[in-house]
Amino acid sequence: MCTTCGCPSEEHIHHHDHGEHFPGGKISVETDILAKNNRYAEQNRTLFREKGIFALNLVSSPGSGKTTILERTLRDLSGKIRCAVVEGDQQTDNDALRIAATGVPVRQINTGAGCHLDAHMVGHALEELPAGELDLLFIENVGNLVCPAAFDLGEAHKVVVLSVTEGEDKPLKYPQMFHAADVMLLNKTDLLPHIDFDVEKCLEMARRVSPGITIFRLSAKTGEGMAEWYEWLRER
Amino acid sequence: MHELSIIQGVVELCEQHSGGRPVLAVTLQIGALSGVVPDALEFCFEAVTKGSLLEGARLEIERIEATGYCSDCGIVSRIDTYFDPCPSCGALSLTLRTGEEMRVKDLEVE
Repeated sequence: MCTTCGCPSEEHIHHHDHGEHFPGGKISVETDILAKNNRYAEQNRTLFREKGIFALNLVSSPGSGKTTILERTLRDLSGKIRCAVVEGDQQTDNDALRIAATGVPVRQINTGAGCHLDAHMVGHALEELPAGELDLLFIENVGNLVCPAAFDLGEAHKVVVLSVTEGEDKPLKYPQMFHAADVMLLNKTDLLPHIDFDVEKCLEMARRVSPGITIFRLSAKTGEGMAEWYEWLRER
Repeated sequence: MHELSIIQGVVELCEQHSGGRPVLAVTLQIGALSGVVPDALEFCFEAVTKGSLLEGARLEIERIEATGYCSDCGIVSRIDTYFDPCPSCGALSLTLRTGEEMRVKDLEVE
């Protein structure tokens, strides 16, 4: 029995609204297909509010450096901000092991064939974290610039990570994700001298898709630019 | 391939609303910027609905065009992408009015 939603094992929200009936067997539904996910997301959001947790949903393509950014962030914030991580991947607990090595509580979700985390999975992962003792929760989504855009997990912000090796036009190629995000981390800036990547052009494209997006340029490898990111986290 | 989860959501919603009766047809409304591909929905519909009240049901998809509101000239216009400028005055940063819908509109039962 799950304590978040009362479901026997998995998937069940009991909802018995049978809609308005029309003659001829037509039933008006007019309901968002993601309504169930959105209800779980609201439950998560309520929990975050009650416990005073600032939750971030990290999204990106695979290999942009989400886990490396987290490792460095968690080590540098250690003793200052109480953090935890929910890791999402299709398979393996490799990332959870890397996070656990920083000493921060972590829960791995394996989605199997699934291409995104949903709010129900995250709700269950939260049951196993010390929610009462946290200030900041990072949810590292499955590496995928398409599907996670549609699924609210209850986070305060979607943070999109883009690495400079991916090409500057990603915001225009995957506009739904960049539109859904209001924070962007431009990672691996230490590689800029070696590649053709027009930073200004990239930032301009990101702002076209998501006006008002907050952008940090950083390198999780060298630590360049990380201080501004930490400052933003501390202010929340 | 989150179209699979989308169709699973559709099946659940329809089963909740059909009062236990087999579903003959379901109409979805899908926004042009929702990130969901109608062809992919149709592709997995048959497989996902097998053994449910929707088995054999007809899937109808209504596309909803994307529109954006321009705060500079006050006009709402049809757009194709998140980053289209206002067709009337050329301003950027339109506010999306429609286009992200993913809804079950209605269903038809026996």
